[in-house]
Amino acid sequence: MSTINQIQDEIIEEFEILGGDMESTIFYIMELGNKLPDMNDADKIEDNIIKGCQSKVWLTTNLDNEHLKFNADSNTEITKGLISLLIRVLNGQKLDDIINADLYFIDKIGMKRVIGSQRSNGFSAMIKQMKMYALAYKGQKELRENS
Amino acid sequence: MEDTSTLILDIDKIRKDFPVLHQQVNGKPLIYFDNAASTQKPSSVISVIKSYYENDNANIHRGIHTLAERATEAFEASRKTVRDFLGAAYEEEIIFTKGTTESINLVASSYGRNFLDPGDEIMISAMEHHANIVPWQMLCEEKGLKLRVINVTEEGEIDLADFEQQLNPRTKIVSLVHVSNTLGTINPIKHIIDASKKQGAVTLIDGAQAVSHLEIDVQELGCDFYVFSAHKIYGPTGAGVLYGRKELLEKMPPYQGGGEMIDEVSFEKTTYNELPYKFEAGTPNIADVIAMKTAIDYINKLGKKNIAAYEDELLKYATEKVSKLDKVTIIGKAKNKVSVLSFVVAGMHHFDIGLMMDARGLAVRTGHHCTQPLMKHFGLEGTARASFAFYNTKEEIDVFVDSLTKITQLAK
Repeated sequence: MSTINQIQDEIIEEFEILGGDMESTIFYIMELGNKLPDMNDADKIEDNIIKGCQSKVWLTTNLDNEHLKFNADSNTEITKGLISLLIRVLNGQKLDDIINADLYFIDKIGMKRVIGSQRSNGFSAMIKQMKMYALAYKGQKELRENS
Repeated sequence: MEDTSTLILDIDKIRKDFPVLHQQVNGKPLIYFDNAASTQKPSSVISVIKSYYENDNANIHRGIHTLAERATEAFEASRKTVRDFLGAAYEEEIIFTKGTTESINLVASSYGRNFLDPGDEIMISAMEHHANIVPWQMLCEEKGLKLRVINVTEEGEIDLADFEQQLNPRTKIVSLVHVSNTLGTINPIKHIIDASKKQGAVTLIDGAQAVSHLEIDVQELGCDFYVFSAHKIYGPTGAGVLYGRKELLEKMPPYQGGGEMIDEVSFEKTTYNELPYKFEAGTPNIADVIAMKTAIDYINKLGKKNIAAYEDELLKYATEKVSKLDKVTIIGKAKNKVSVLSFVVAGMHHFDIGLMMDARGLAVRTGHHCTQPLMKHFGLEGTARASFAFYNTKEEIDVFVDSLTKITQLAK
């Protein structure tokens, strides 16, 4: 499996083809969102909503050995596309790698412009929530091992 | 049919007056369709602000020196222009505020707190901006009053039968939006003011969206209060107006205490200044109030009738084109509308619409437009809204329709 940084570099390369054109970038992000499997309606509950996002974003996780798997959905296409990129980078990675990940691809692909200042809090909330899950699983694991 | 209004307004020339319009956004020429949120400023307004700070800056009203005199004169000239703009009888009926929101809060606080009794009623409509809901809700809670809400029809018009049915002798204030910021509906305020007056209710009209499109004559309307913001009439932000009938303003207590609003201060007793200063505590937003006059002069030069005719033409053109698009529903189909076009696209969230349009250089507003109860009435979370001003063109609408067509093709 590719490392977090290998996947980030892949994404950067893909976005370079778009040549920084905002419209193409947005359409591409939406296309990526479309490819993200829809979440079961049963999981789209208040408890799974990431607080701080303007649009609705649901996030669930499950731990497979040391590897954390993410599932997410949103009521807006572009947000879904953005979160699909985060999932692509972090999905199935080891807990420590997720916790320590430096997500440099966001800047490099010009996503900050897509997100804008009004949505950047929401986007930070998504990243924070994903890392928090990793941290929580790690804490649980350590608790089990020490008891 | 011959296109007469464009002959009167030279749009190319007008566009040159607005520096902000001449830029690229995301690599595309900016198309600014968010005029209901805030209008752009002509060079004359911008240079008046600059010139004030460069040449005349001084605190107004109590200075004897030349600069103070110049600043005071310009500030008071603005009051006279606003009086004429609204058709008010006296200059002292014009109170300068931060904007529409502060103007409404001033009335709710000063009039509402002092002249309403528990059990009295305040009436608003279901299409109000939050600024014309929340101050009244706060007052109702404080004083034990009842807030009544007039229904809005499916077309987005005031339900007059419902208004007449709810109006009663306990109705003490009727506060209504002149033009809906979300739907563009022009409300029959004259009819509502007349009926409210017969019941002895005081009327406040929120003119934030109306003043840039319609000719206003507060004496002819007969309203007690009329409020608006400068930034929606091509003037600066942070300056606005409360028009109030003199007789009412005179018996109302001050809203805020401080400098400017006093006559004599001692620790035993303070007496208040006369109108309008009684309601203008502290150093006001001098530069922006002065520039408000320049903005009004600019509108007057173009002529409101010409502006309205051209903007109606833009609205008609856009409405015809947008109506033909699959999956698009226009929200707000009132017979009398200003140039506001609110819409939803089936299978596409309004945030996505807003971002995709921004990528084409198109500035539209998305969301609930500070009218959450109205959104709930239509069963919507929000809409996308294009609102046109006299510096917009049919060619810009073509780009907008083209972008919207593409968006509908992407909608699931």
